[in-house]
Amino acid sequence: MKDYHYSGPVEHKFSPYSFNGGTVLAVAGEDFAIVASDTRLSEGYSIHSRDSPKCYKLTDTTVIGCSGFHGDCLTLTKIIDARLKMYKHSNNKTMTSGAIAAMLSTILYGRRFFPYYVYNIIGGLDEHGKGAVYSFDPVGSYQRDTYKAGGSASAMLQPLLDNQIGFKNMEGVQHVPLTQEKAVQLVKDVFISAAERDVYTGDALRLCIITKEGIKEQTVALRKD
Amino acid sequence: MLHTVKHCELQSGGFCFENSRRNATGTTIAGIVYKDGVILGADTRATDDMVVADKNCMKIHYIAPNIYCCGAGVAADAEITTQIMASNVELHMLNTGRPALVTMVTRQLKQMLFRYQGHIGSSLIVGGVDVTGAQLYSVYPHGSYDKLPFLTMGSGAAAAVSVFEDRFKPNMEMISSCRSEEAKQLVRDAIAAGIFCDLGSGSNVDLCVITAAGVEILRGYDRPATKGKREGQYRYKPGTTAVLTKTVTPIPLVKVDESVQIMDTE
Repeated sequence: MKDYHYSGPVEHKFSPYSFNGGTVLAVAGEDFAIVASDTRLSEGYSIHSRDSPKCYKLTDTTVIGCSGFHGDCLTLTKIIDARLKMYKHSNNKTMTSGAIAAMLSTILYGRRFFPYYVYNIIGGLDEHGKGAVYSFDPVGSYQRDTYKAGGSASAMLQPLLDNQIGFKNMEGVQHVPLTQEKAVQLVKDVFISAAERDVYTGDALRLCIITKEGIKEQTVALRKD
Repeated sequence: MLHTVKHCELQSGGFCFENSRRNATGTTIAGIVYKDGVILGADTRATDDMVVADKNCMKIHYIAPNIYCCGAGVAADAEITTQIMASNVELHMLNTGRPALVTMVTRQLKQMLFRYQGHIGSSLIVGGVDVTGAQLYSVYPHGSYDKLPFLTMGSGAAAAVSVFEDRFKPNMEMISSCRSEEAKQLVRDAIAAGIFCDLGSGSNVDLCVITAAGVEILRGYDRPATKGKREGQYRYKPGTTAVLTKTVTPIPLVKVDESVQIMDTE
């Protein structure tokens, strides 16, 4: 009879990664971009912090959202900041959103065989002042999007955004362009829903609204359980 | 961060049963013995891995008119085990002509769980008031049990027990006339600690107060976590979903009976 209970030597492996949860979301409009993230930092069944936002400001027109392993998020943002400074000093100009995205892809692929366990989404304005969103996988594959959700509740948010922003799976609906007010309202509502069902998402929502005037931040309370 | 090599990776082939452990509740349950009886408390979140499956499930189960049981661990195991116990207790009461004893329920539970060698993953807190007095027992999946004045179990047990260790006093009063129902508030606070500090627990606090006089089930005693208010309207006009083909088949039916069941849409 097969023995389903394993009794014998057990190999313990050290894992360099840990999953700290969190969800990020970016939406690009005609002349604005929004990068939003929840502020809960968790590990296992515990909460490390209720106030740890995952949006990091890179330039006056670009914000990056990083979720996954917090240690790698911190190191990666430090490296990006350093590279931005180096570019500024050598080229005498600030990096554009598209340039930052291309650079991040090479940084991530440089660690192809010991990846940064980070799901990145860059949101900002491109050289023409139009909203831009770039989404990445952990090893650097990226593309430009209109909207993208990443992190633990991404599978819950993405279909809703496909429907409300991309007008997918709907017939006979007018494709109205997304206004900033509607986009902010939508982002708040989808996070409220994500906090209901995803245990890693909650506590508070941090929104960064990027326009040519600058970056405005908003904080909205979410479920704390 | 320390991982053990999973058992199913070492097997040569065949179905991997690892996932059968996954449908657990992730819970905070607690119980105390106070002056007039016992109070059991539980949260109301059921999780499927790290997604909330049920936002308002009932974790306090009936065993006998004077004995109730909180269940943590694998949801199906806790549910079925308590139902089997309730059935056995009813038969026992009919056989002996005597009301149920809490020790009897605990003994039957531990004998059954030990027989299954821990494969039935239910951790239970059994509480009740019988002829010998108010008692509280915890029973673990492998069949061990403890008899204590206060107990907590589930993934939020650590958060809940910290509240008890700080504020529990033997023979606590529950002065309903004063509106400061100390003992109920203590259990509520312990479950709330689990709800906020443990990711596997959430939503509302359910309480069950058992005294010699009777049982009071307080479903939704406290709702510390509130759902955010949505700002937008997400209704769809009829015709939004594309209809490709339409076939109408009339089925002749005769109405025999009509009943209405209210669906919980909270």
